[in-house]
Amino acid sequence: MNEKTMTVEDDLHFEQMIAEESVCTKENLVYERPETLTDATMHYCPGCGHGVAHRIIAEVISELDIQKDTVGVAPVGCSVLAYNYLNIDMNGAAHGRAAAVATGIKRVLPDKYVFSYQGDGDLAAIGTGETIHACNRGENFLIIFINNGIYGMTGGQMAPTTLVGMKSTTSPLGRDVATMGNPLKITELVAQLPGTYYVTRTAVNSPVNVRKAKAAIKKSFEYQKLNKGLCFVEIVTNCPSNWKMTPVQSNKWLEENMLPFYPLGDIKKPSN
Amino acid sequence: MKKELKLMKGNEALAEAAILAGCDAYFGYPITPQSEVLEYLSNEATKRTGMVVLQAESEVASINMVYGAAGTGKRVMTSSSSPGMSLMQEGISYIACGEVPCLLVNVQRGGPGLGTIQPGQADYFQAVKGGGHGDYKVLTLAPSTVQEMVDFVGLGFDLAFKYRNPVMILTDGALGQMMEKVLLPEQKPRKTEYEPWGSTGKTPDRERNIIYTLSLQADVMEKWNQRLQAKYREIEANEVRSEMIDCEGADYVLVAYGLVARICQKAAHLAAEKGIKVGVFRPVTLYPFPYADLNKLADNVKGFMSVEMNAGQMVEDVRLGVNGKKPVEFHGRQGGIIPSPEEILAKLEEKLVGELV
Ligand SMILES: Cc1ncc(C[n+]2csc(CCOP(=O)(O)OP(=O)(O)O)c2C)c(N)n1
Ligand code: SF4
Ligand SMILES: [Mg+2]
Repeated sequence: MNEKTMTVEDDLHFEQMIAEESVCTKENLVYERPETLTDATMHYCPGCGHGVAHRIIAEVISELDIQKDTVGVAPVGCSVLAYNYLNIDMNGAAHGRAAAVATGIKRVLPDKYVFSYQGDGDLAAIGTGETIHACNRGENFLIIFINNGIYGMTGGQMAPTTLVGMKSTTSPLGRDVATMGNPLKITELVAQLPGTYYVTRTAVNSPVNVRKAKAAIKKSFEYQKLNKGLCFVEIVTNCPSNWKMTPVQSNKWLEENMLPFYPLGDIKKPSN
Repeated sequence: MKKELKLMKGNEALAEAAILAGCDAYFGYPITPQSEVLEYLSNEATKRTGMVVLQAESEVASINMVYGAAGTGKRVMTSSSSPGMSLMQEGISYIACGEVPCLLVNVQRGGPGLGTIQPGQADYFQAVKGGGHGDYKVLTLAPSTVQEMVDFVGLGFDLAFKYRNPVMILTDGALGQMMEKVLLPEQKPRKTEYEPWGSTGKTPDRERNIIYTLSLQADVMEKWNQRLQAKYREIEANEVRSEMIDCEGADYVLVAYGLVARICQKAAHLAAEKGIKVGVFRPVTLYPFPYADLNKLADNVKGFMSVEMNAGQMVEDVRLGVNGKKPVEFHGRQGGIIPSPEEILAKLEEKLVGELV
């Protein structure tokens, strides 16, 4: 018997097992795809934080049972195809404009849940104006800010969030403050604005941080009902491909380098 | 149904027409000579119909707010003037590609650069040839009276929804600022029904509605383009509008749009006094352009002169329409100068009448 036939027989055996009494019973179920996640295969690189972030958003929408009342806005960046994975109505904004697009949606559909999902280049470079002003107007939607310190989609150029000394294709010797400026802590910045209601920084590099990030997103959707202003959830993530690391290395690097500069936790908590 | 007769400034009449058309939202940014649209709506709209009016932080933001809001299927509009319209072009390209109906208004001023706040028509190419990146078309209406500033708002929304396409009212600072009598239509109710394609929240009875503009597969993107092009052919077949004024029996025809078409009428009267038979051909839709009407007209006249407040933009389309049958001349003023009837007649005599006797 060669390997090939063995595999086929194994498969048949497995299928039979499932058909007969099955391991797939409700009691055995420990993990499933939330109904707000489509079954499309994600295009993200192995170990990339975008996939995890998508999943927790989908879980929250399913758990709150708000699929029919939710409109999301995808950015331009690696997550440009977020609307292929989240099984909700969405709008694909131009690069940097998601906060303006979300403003338009929320203003005409004030009873719906609206969120934007944006990378650091999208939100904190080309879209800084839209970000600041949506926050400052206190628009009642949620901004989910994926900070991986790099332009992932276009191949690893320097982002506004790239750390000092961090290498990218456009800072090949490392980010030099004298010529390239400082990394922008836009989350701390928007927390200063009276229009923001809840501003927090999370990460998805470890199971415990994933749970905290999910809790922050869930709280933000709940806050949205109160019409008290903008909720802003930063998620510090990795970009194994452009950081040129394995997924495990990248999460370690994130913890040792990104988190000291971008400390986790609530930056602005609701006052009530 | 026309109702109320009023004396109104062009920009304010247009804003009033938006409220009366049941417009759901307006997003805009101040710029002369169109700020009255934003100001009028800020005063009037929300209290009367609950319409959303928001002063955005820039024209880039306004157009993207329009994209988001109109993507829900609501009646949404913005207005600006030339420099602001330039900033909106990326957004308009997305709106056209995503097939989001909305109304855009450009109260043109003279350019390029910061240019002037006086009227101009130099954004013709930008409006009718695409403006932003990629192959797309914006259905473009050119009012020549304050009454048409009113009428084209309702018409514009109807056409936008009929074709799921952006529609632009291309006017200028003179029409925006001048006062004329207008008959206002009756108040239309705000929209309550959702469009079947609107991104409003996925209910169990339908698939997801996604407003997007990307395909990474070339063959899919080509098909998408072909679908858009088929729609543009339909618009070209059904929506051409033009006006012929005294073109019957005319030897020469002045071609002009908007305000300049009215000045040309005066020039034609002056010509008649001198025994020169001059008609005026006024394209009302600039895209789709009335090529065929011009071509037919070319059989019966000796020549055309396109008159514009720019260095010669629409004249290219006039030549395409006339297609070499008769001479096509051009006279234009720039920088915010409005040509006078006397000057137009003098140019007509110099360039056409004198040449062709
Ligand atoms: C107007 C415009 N400029 C530039 C680009 C090219 N572009 C696409 S994605 C991107 C950067 C994305 O980086 P980021 O927002 O950090 O997202 P990531 O891919 O890292 O998740 C750029 C510059 C574009 N699509 N549009
Ligand atoms: S390039 Fe980076 S951000 Fe983009 S999918 Fe790959 S790992 Fe993720
Ligand atoms: Mg990034």
